[in-house]
Amino acid sequence: MNALIKIDAAAAAPLLRQQGITNLSRRQLLGLGAGALLLGGLLSTGKASAQPTPVAVKPGTRVPAFLVIGPDNSFKLLSPFVEGGQGINTGTAQIVGEELDVNPARFEVECAPPGADYAVVGGMRMTGGSFSTRSSYELMRRLGATARDMLIRAAAARLNVPASTLTTDDGHVVDAGSLRIPYGALAAEALALTPADDVKLRDPATFRYIRKPVARLDVRAKSTGRAEYAIDQKVEGMLYAAVQHAPVLGTEPVRLINESVARGMPGVHDVHLLPGAVAVTADSWYRARQAVEALQVSWSAPPASGFDAVAADYSSSAILTALKSSSVAGERAEAVGDTKASFAGAAKIIEADYEAPYLVHGQLEPPSSIARFNADGALEMWTPNQMPELFQSIAAKLAGLTPEKVILHSPILGGFFGRHFAYGQSNPFQQAILLAKATGRPVKVLWSREEEFKMDAVRPLSFSRFRGAVGKDGMPVAIQVRTVGEGPLGRWFGAAASGGAVDSSAVEGIVEKPYDIPNRSMEYVKFVHPVTIAFWRSVGHSMNDFFYEAFFDEMADAGNKDPFELRRTLLANKPRHLKLLETVGTLSGGWKRGPFDVGGTKRARGVSMASPFGSETATIAEVSIERGEVRVHDLWIAFDPGSIVNPAIVKSQVESAAALGLSAALFEELAYEKGKRLSHNYDDYPILARDAMPRVHVEIVESGAPMGGVGEPGLPGIAPAVVNAVAALTGRHIRALPLAKAKFGA
Amino acid sequence: MTTINVNGQAYEVAVEPETPLLWILRDTLGLTGTKYGCGIAQCGACTVLVDGQAIRSCQMPVDSVGSADIRTIEAIERDEIGRKVVEAWVQEQVPQCGYCQSGQVMAATALLKQNPHPTDSDIADAMTNLCRCGTYNRVASAIHQAAG
Ligand code: FES
Ligand code: FES
Repeated sequence: MNALIKIDAAAAAPLLRQQGITNLSRRQLLGLGAGALLLGGLLSTGKASAQPTPVAVKPGTRVPAFLVIGPDNSFKLLSPFVEGGQGINTGTAQIVGEELDVNPARFEVECAPPGADYAVVGGMRMTGGSFSTRSSYELMRRLGATARDMLIRAAAARLNVPASTLTTDDGHVVDAGSLRIPYGALAAEALALTPADDVKLRDPATFRYIRKPVARLDVRAKSTGRAEYAIDQKVEGMLYAAVQHAPVLGTEPVRLINESVARGMPGVHDVHLLPGAVAVTADSWYRARQAVEALQVSWSAPPASGFDAVAADYSSSAILTALKSSSVAGERAEAVGDTKASFAGAAKIIEADYEAPYLVHGQLEPPSSIARFNADGALEMWTPNQMPELFQSIAAKLAGLTPEKVILHSPILGGFFGRHFAYGQSNPFQQAILLAKATGRPVKVLWSREEEFKMDAVRPLSFSRFRGAVGKDGMPVAIQVRTVGEGPLGRWFGAAASGGAVDSSAVEGIVEKPYDIPNRSMEYVKFVHPVTIAFWRSVGHSMNDFFYEAFFDEMADAGNKDPFELRRTLLANKPRHLKLLETVGTLSGGWKRGPFDVGGTKRARGVSMASPFGSETATIAEVSIERGEVRVHDLWIAFDPGSIVNPAIVKSQVESAAALGLSAALFEELAYEKGKRLSHNYDDYPILARDAMPRVHVEIVESGAPMGGVGEPGLPGIAPAVVNAVAALTGRHIRALPLAKAKFGA
Repeated sequence: MTTINVNGQAYEVAVEPETPLLWILRDTLGLTGTKYGCGIAQCGACTVLVDGQAIRSCQMPVDSVGSADIRTIEAIERDEIGRKVVEAWVQEQVPQCGYCQSGQVMAATALLKQNPHPTDSDIADAMTNLCRCGTYNRVASAIHQAAG
């Protein structure tokens, strides 16, 4: 579903809501000193009014905003997107380089500063929703072609020859003879010309870089420790800050019991109260951390119970029970045919409750942020983010500056998966600003892994109730789904952006499935979580495709149908899906469900399909049970994103998404008890390690459909394919993740 | 004052003796190629070579380092095996976000120093570094490639 692309700048304003769900009272904050006052001022604005930068330029059109061509013929590309592993810097260099006629290997790419030029994703700027390439592909091609045309015209003017006698060759303007002028020698003249708005694009049949497995620009730096992330930044004279957050979200530090102990520790500069946290600034981060963790803090009390804020008795099981027992009438998310009548006339009716837990992002780089007030009053920041202009505007409000006075650097990300959107108190940059104000020095805040586990915004715990009606012939005739919960799109972008009463990010993967089941009725009940929820790689699809596709196999079993064949039958009128299903069948050596014997152990296979972010996937998993636990041996994934830019990067993204999907399917759960999170680090929140990594076989199908996303779509099909394989092997349909919670007989 | 030997150079550092080597490398010496991921020896992002062995520096107090020869990712290309590992990493296009890769490269280098031709199961035993981007299969092929 593409709801996000419809957001305009005004609709993004609710993202400025800083209190999120915790509803910190202004009074509470005012008690916390000067730093908190600033944040209080911001909080008091509640739903901040939209202050979009006036759009004076057409995004993606001004060549100098994107390209810096050095006199030495070096090429720097200022990208609207931030690189976090997805390969976007390389992809963008391929697209621009193709039309500019410069080998992408010559580009240096960095994330551009905030600016209206870069609002290329449906009028705004973000790196997320697997939108980057598909939203900017045409624009970036055009940009490259426009620049090339300007360079040719500049050369023509200089040489006083018709432009038509000139062409280009990898960064040079050339003629039919021996003329060869480097772009770098023409750049100044070229950029002074008026860009043409009707340049011709290259015939795709002649592409040299697009659709080729061009090597990533960043692998050598990343293999030799030279790549610099936010955590690696350092500025002159900075203090290091470590924090201790409230054990229960929404509570505040009331009193420091042993402040003098922390103050007396080596290297300590000062002790600070922050909204929802205490901090120590020191001359090294390790010392700051030692001191802040030595601090004994008395925290305000959370409410005793309820779901308006994280309560003293809050738990994952309590909210799950609340979601399950909600009797609120749902909003219609999808309605086709006559479900009621079909159930009345069904040969067989099955029902199942599906659930998925809260998840953390677990990106390997812990969040950090540097804030520095410059001599001219500007605030300069180095902070991981997926939306530069939004972070700039939040920082400006907090610092009491206009956005132009905030200089924002967006370093490459050590993984993100949705982690670095603005999530209220779940990002460290506001703490860095408050501490830089308080100390009069540049401050670098780094969250320990344990603090990150306390504060990361989470993939929402989710629940859907399914009913299926099967006819006498064993075919599914009706499906009914009731989803109760909350999606991140509604939380952070507001109802207007998320699809009105039905939050698309809560129901995607359950609605708009391709199967020809004649009667369908899906409803959605919004139930707001008291915790900070997030976008997490593939968002609603991350659990909903598991729910739907696993229930699909329950319906197949109820009707005595083979799940692969049933899918094939129900996709008879969907050529794109049918082809993909058949492709994955062939890729896996021909569909076989099993159980079958491999080296004396029983194994079985499961299949699933998903339609995330404008792309399509079909997935087959092969599993066995070893020592009572699920072992996945192979994943076969047929992936159709319409068309692609770099097959090698697409493949590695699908592998990577599959690994994360499997990690969630097998191991991951962030549980709450008594208002607190039960996981603190990777030791009590296991993530997929090498020993559980299966072989992954990917086949890319380019159907020619409009370009879809690449970074996320490999994920949603994994859990259902694995769970369906487990059902084929054991006869048990697992309806709650992670699988590690289910024990199987050996 | 404690003296440590990093990448063939001696450094005097004035820190508490229990300070983990990781933070001395990163914040005192400015060698930020070695990464912090978990601080509890779970992820391997902080892996360095101590006398040729892969060690998780986040759990190594500086006063236990003594006169050992510490090698970090910054010096990897000065090591013959390290150079091969880096070339294989580039060839196989291993890194995605890259954050775990300093540690992966160091762990792979240590493995190949001890075992020039590791089997898949040797790799599985030795390479326990976490990668949230799921590059495990490429890491394994790159190690085989570096082994030649
Ligand atoms: S930071 Fe040392 S093992 Fe994770
Ligand atoms: S490449 Fe991102 S964590 Fe390994």
